[in-house]
Amino acid sequence: MDGKVIKVGMSDLNVAKTPDTLTTLGLGSCVGIALYDSRRKIAGLAHAMLPSSEEIENNKNKAKFVDTSIDELIIEMKKIGASNIGITAKLAGGSQMFKFNSNSDVLRIGERNVIAAKEKLKKLNIRVIAEDTGGNFGRTIIFDPKDGSLHIRTIGHGEKTV
Amino acid sequence: MDLDVEKLNDHMLDILKEIGNIGAGNAATALASMIDTKVDMEVPNVMVLEFDDVSTILGGEENLVVGIYFELSGDITGNMMFALDLDSSKNLSDILYTRERLEKELDEMDMSVLSEIGNILASSYANSLAQLTGLDIFISIPSIAIDMSAAILSVPAIQFGLIADHALMIETVFKEGKDRVSGNFFLLPELESFKKILISLGVV
Repeated sequence: MDGKVIKVGMSDLNVAKTPDTLTTLGLGSCVGIALYDSRRKIAGLAHAMLPSSEEIENNKNKAKFVDTSIDELIIEMKKIGASNIGITAKLAGGSQMFKFNSNSDVLRIGERNVIAAKEKLKKLNIRVIAEDTGGNFGRTIIFDPKDGSLHIRTIGHGEKTV
Repeated sequence: MDLDVEKLNDHMLDILKEIGNIGAGNAATALASMIDTKVDMEVPNVMVLEFDDVSTILGGEENLVVGIYFELSGDITGNMMFALDLDSSKNLSDILYTRERLEKELDEMDMSVLSEIGNILASSYANSLAQLTGLDIFISIPSIAIDMSAAILSVPAIQFGLIADHALMIETVFKEGKDRVSGNFFLLPELESFKKILISLGVV
């Protein structure tokens, strides 16, 4: 039986059990945070735009920020049976699409998103076991709860599974 | 001042549309004099978009598109971006090189001419904004990228994300003969600069 492919849009998050899979198309400077409970085979994927909810006044949208999206994702994973213990993480995205000599904060937002994700995960004792981040290109990612594999597709920069 | 893109009233949207209109008009004139041919344009369309819809405007998230990005300086700080789908990019390059339909992939020469056109378009918009507001606005040299639509558009979306939960886009269509070029223009002032623009225009 073929499962559903659940699309996670910009500033969005979702969870899945096998045979369903989670996907985000064309990840650019945003970061894709893929969490996996391998014992219960439960997957969660967040597509966050900005590093920290604490830097912004208007921060009601939890999926928009790296820190709050990870908290929210874990809550959603627990709702379908995941446990805090043994969750691991994979990261993708966080690229810098445009290049300039001046390296303003806005241009470095991809890199900052990845750093913020690692800091938040460290605080929660969640190990980052793989990542495909940085560069100057977009990525489509597919996350499979069957084995926790994260498949990454690009235009002109190859394809891989981590 | 509490300010959010979704709270912009019709009056403010009309003003942004007018800036788009004058900017596109100036851009069409510049384009026409470069290629010595008449260039028509449609009235620009100003759209307020959900983040999730931003990535779908150029034919789907994984569709190959061209993005041309600028930094703004002077009285305001922020960025400006043009996004063109592949057809529009090829049409634009064809118009500039005065040749028949391009069937091959975009090459270095095309990217270079697209950067230059982006430069002219961005200058036209920046000039009309500067004239209307009385502010000094300068633009940087262009930075160009070709990649998946959602990845390119994540850049303006993130910048709007800093100040709002929606993105504001101006769609402009140019026509030269059979060739049609649809450009999606994003003006991305930082929050303080956005306030400055609206104050200068006398709308807040």
